Amino acid sequence: MNAPPLLDIRNLTVEFATRRGTVQAVKAIDISVGKGETVAIVGESGSGKSVTSYAVVRILDRAGRVADGSISFSGIDLVGASEAQMRDIRGREISMIFQNPRAALNPIRKVGRQIEDVLLQHVRATRATAREKAIEALEKVRIARPQERYDAYPFELSGGMCQRVVIALALACQPQLLIADEPTTGLDVTTQKAVMDLIVELTRERGMSTILITHDLGLAAAYCDRVVVMEKGRVVETAGAAEIFRHPQHPYTRKLMKATPRVGMSLHDLLPEGAPASGTAAASAPARAPGAGPLLLVENLVKEYPRPAQGSFLARLAGKAEKPAEPFRAVDGIGFSVERGETLGLVGESGCGKSTTSMMLNRLLDPTSGRILFDGEDIGAIPARRFAASPFRRRIQMVFQDPTDSLNPRFTAERAILDPILRMGAIRGGAALRARCEELAQLVGLPVELLDRFPHQLSGGQKARVGIARAIALDPDLVILDEPTAALDVSVQAVVLNLLDDLKQRLGMSYIFVSHDLNVVRLLCDRVIVMRSGQIVEQGSAEEVLGAPKAAYTKELLTAIPHPPA
Amino acid sequence: MNEISKIEPAALRFEAPPSTSLLAHARHVVAENPVTGFAFGLFALILLAAIFGPWLVPYDPLASNTNSALQGPSAAHWFGTDQLGRDIFSRVVAATRLDFSIAVASVALVFLLGGLAGVMAGFFGGWVDTLVGRIADTIMAFPLFVLAMGIVAALGNSVTNIVIATAIINFPLYARVARAEANVRREAGFVQAARLSGNSEWRLLLTQIVPNIMPIMAVQMSLTMGYAILNAAGLSFIGLGVRPPTPEWGIMVAEGASFIVSGEWWVAFFPGLALMTAVFCFNLLGDGVRDLVDPQRRN
Repeated sequence: MNAPPLLDIRNLTVEFATRRGTVQAVKAIDISVGKGETVAIVGESGSGKSVTSYAVVRILDRAGRVADGSISFSGIDLVGASEAQMRDIRGREISMIFQNPRAALNPIRKVGRQIEDVLLQHVRATRATAREKAIEALEKVRIARPQERYDAYPFELSGGMCQRVVIALALACQPQLLIADEPTTGLDVTTQKAVMDLIVELTRERGMSTILITHDLGLAAAYCDRVVVMEKGRVVETAGAAEIFRHPQHPYTRKLMKATPRVGMSLHDLLPEGAPASGTAAASAPARAPGAGPLLLVENLVKEYPRPAQGSFLARLAGKAEKPAEPFRAVDGIGFSVERGETLGLVGESGCGKSTTSMMLNRLLDPTSGRILFDGEDIGAIPARRFAASPFRRRIQMVFQDPTDSLNPRFTAERAILDPILRMGAIRGGAALRARCEELAQLVGLPVELLDRFPHQLSGGQKARVGIARAIALDPDLVILDEPTAALDVSVQAVVLNLLDDLKQRLGMSYIFVSHDLNVVRLLCDRVIVMRSGQIVEQGSAEEVLGAPKAAYTKELLTAIPHPPA
Repeated sequence: MNEISKIEPAALRFEAPPSTSLLAHARHVVAENPVTGFAFGLFALILLAAIFGPWLVPYDPLASNTNSALQGPSAAHWFGTDQLGRDIFSRVVAATRLDFSIAVASVALVFLLGGLAGVMAGFFGGWVDTLVGRIADTIMAFPLFVLAMGIVAALGNSVTNIVIATAIINFPLYARVARAEANVRREAGFVQAARLSGNSEWRLLLTQIVPNIMPIMAVQMSLTMGYAILNAAGLSFIGLGVRPPTPEWGIMVAEGASFIVSGEWWVAFFPGLALMTAVFCFNLLGDGVRDLVDPQRRN
């Protein structure tokens, strides 16, 4: 009844040789992909999902090897195939799309040329027809004005545009199997939707099979026929997309589903069953000076950047540049307020000015004009260079997006957490500092024995906790959270979001939560501001803005979130 | 007391890679790359000769004995004797201290001056960057060895001035490397975080930027050590800097050069070999030093 599958992975085991002996990254897994089928491999970091795909196209790095099992692709044994055979198969029979499209393209070659290279390599075009076929390929991935874009360099295109070029490259030779490894991570939701729609449509149209590797269960279920869930190198569950959402069998799948934020659930719903209710300690919040008016009031805030001078290179060299262009307004006259004890969500796609705004609010960047009133005082008037010495510094803190990048690789966790206290705190003396550090570690749920470790000896979730402990070390009034969970797995994200909410109630802080993930914003925020091109499109209570949006742009953002089949 | 800390998934603890001691790490680095082990061994030998050399040598490196002048290598004189009958082996070993000290002093000096100037240029930018950049450009505009010759000739013939001259000609290299490394870290997350913690700009420079560019600077220092030794020997070779009869590799090669034609090759060969070995050792050491001091490599 069944035709033989296009790709058949049996009992595959992949080992990596490391300093501490061999590690099995993939343990005896079976996956098959039928002709024309779209299969998602879902799992968190370290689950072995990428390694599996690398083993299929045989691009494992040198320390890794297939220890056991077989991979057969339309009858060809990929494990035993020679390197020459593999070169022929890659690109022509199986092609891949990687996570970072900009890194996958040659930065100094025109995108049209790069498509031509692939066509010529696999003899799909001759010198005479290459250009025409490349433009045709660009047209197919719906790049507007393909004739012009043929001559564009990757840096001249947006992230979504680059990913389309990569798709064009991957599909140029009409392969039978497309492996997409986190193709939309790092792209905005509206771009993600466009890219995913495009991939699914193009592959269906050609009867191709697709493997989508993702950490996002919602994305997998919305776009794929079948979902394979992996955990720690093992396949724990395989089922139809609708089926897996209705009746998840394995406890890990259930945990993963529960941790994925969706409409109509509370923050606590994200945690695994049996977790204690949070927020019970609200009564212990330290009494803060009530103060009059809002904690933060922003009025007509503007940040301008000069645009590079126009004109040709030679004209500029000769000093004959045309008169400088209008400065670029990254933030264009916005105004809002943050009440005491409130969480304000700042939402928008990349380039909308939300990061610039948060950098101005935490006084790392000077505004061009406008006022930032913190507790009635215009802190925008204090230059960013001198703000470190201001008494307001300790009252505004921040949690950064990338927990790895925001920790000094040469500081231990303890030293990182204590840094603000050493500079601005009142606590002196080794024992007292250590005690405060352990108290903070307990508050954020970081095991005390990890305090002496360096960042590279900590996991992503642990590093995020160190960053949070550092931000709350001085008991600030306002904490700016810049996508604090964007780099974390969903199950870790669930715990960190609950931790943040719990800390807020416990310590009575206000949050500004900067994010592109509307589902997360819905859970955590009281009020929401939607930004686009430096301006506020819509603001109001979270229920209003995300439940019954008025602005067309907000509606567009909301519909772009992948909705799993109900 | 804290509900959230109790739901810490066991996996979070499991994920964290275990820490490694420095000694175990050093063992791994050497085991992974035997060349590094060889370079470290050679370095230990040079260090030993520099510290204890003058007490270990069989003859007084300055004592001449015209009766046994220009004798080839033998059991009594391993490297032979020179035109004044001095034992070349003793002189080669004794010279290690001087050559090594000149190299260490000049590298330390240029590391402090060039490194700091470069870090400031990269971190503060603006006129500091312009100033440091122009100074480096000016130095680079000269043929470097000729510049070193000029500096020693102008300042006077002394070991101190060789150190200064060697440091100056290496300045652009250190300033440029330090500038580039500081510049990419200027806007790094951990620097911003430290700014939020109330660190002044100078403190950011010294506690956040400098420690993180040490690995690359350590490699740089190891590589310039060899170059500094060569430079000092070169200056002595042409008669600047160290003066005879002080045992010094450059002078010894210069003195021995005239005897090569007449067949007494050993007079120039062995000091030259010592020089080559030292330079070779420091060049090999560079990679090993990087592996050792980089915390990222420690798991």
